[in-house]
Amino acid sequence: MRLLTHNMLTSHVKGVTNGYPLKLQAENIKVMSVDFNPEFVARMIPKLEWQALVQAAESIGHLGDLPRELVPEYESNEEFLKMAHHVLMEVEVIEGNLECPETGRKFPIKNGIPNMLLNEDEV
Amino acid sequence: MRLKELESYLQDVETFEEPKVLLEQYPTSPHIAAHMLYSMQTQYSSVEGRLVADLGCGCGVLCAGAAMLGAGACVGFDIDEDALSVCQSNCAELELDTVHLIQADVTHLHTCPGRWHKTFDTVIMNPPFGTKKNWGIDMIFLRTALDMATESVYSLHKTSTRQHIKKKAKEWNVNMEVVAELRFDLPATYRFHKHKSVDIEVDFIRFSFPSK
Repeated sequence: MRLLTHNMLTSHVKGVTNGYPLKLQAENIKVMSVDFNPEFVARMIPKLEWQALVQAAESIGHLGDLPRELVPEYESNEEFLKMAHHVLMEVEVIEGNLECPETGRKFPIKNGIPNMLLNEDEV
Repeated sequence: MRLKELESYLQDVETFEEPKVLLEQYPTSPHIAAHMLYSMQTQYSSVEGRLVADLGCGCGVLCAGAAMLGAGACVGFDIDEDALSVCQSNCAELELDTVHLIQADVTHLHTCPGRWHKTFDTVIMNPPFGTKKNWGIDMIFLRTALDMATESVYSLHKTSTRQHIKKKAKEWNVNMEVVAELRFDLPATYRFHKHKSVDIEVDFIRFSFPSK
């Protein structure tokens, strides 16, 4: 599970009003090299909750020099986009958990795939 | 990449070891997947550099094809961990690092899309048709896809449901275009199939949104 995905995941357990962002607990992380596409990264940024991204990256020790606030005119700032690309696409949590901030319910991450399936009583 | 090349690469995608009947699991053939993806890209520029979702990704033929055609990222959703495991190993084998996978129930996403609402440029899918005690599931998948997409949804539906879908598209205020009429030659995947294969007529449909 990469941080781009993590940024979009929410707990939809019945009754939960604040299921985002999920607290990231990583037991095993892999760093990979993915082709950099600056236009694509620039287009993804408006979809993100930037603070949640920063928090998640920091919690697993991969924030690096990524700015904590969005820089102005980031669309044309290649250095910034490269850092964003790295954090969003190149850091993968292989084993771990996503914890609901409201209930503490854990969604496991196994083999790089987060399991968001709900139990019968949670739907 | 040419169509023939894409089809040839997709032939290397491993498929379900033991398809689950109730989930209507069967692989989208490399031939059909290649044609779908190729036309999505050449006619509508819906793949390259785009954020793509594959609902009910199964073994990941469509995800793999989207990644091969240069999608910025393709997020595959599926309920079955065995299918996702095959999908995962396919992506590793084919060195496709722009495919992201999530284990989730698409029918639950429909009621609470959360942050997925209007996130993806393009949603692609070969949804379950609703033939296994899950009547109506094709429309639930479609509804969810339309909620998640900003530009287009590409989907496969039985030709026999075309009029019903047309009506729904109108109700939901989305444009619907039958891009191609296909014939699925589903092999006798399940032991109880009497014939060697089942031939059904399927529409490859593109849904899009009216400009404001």
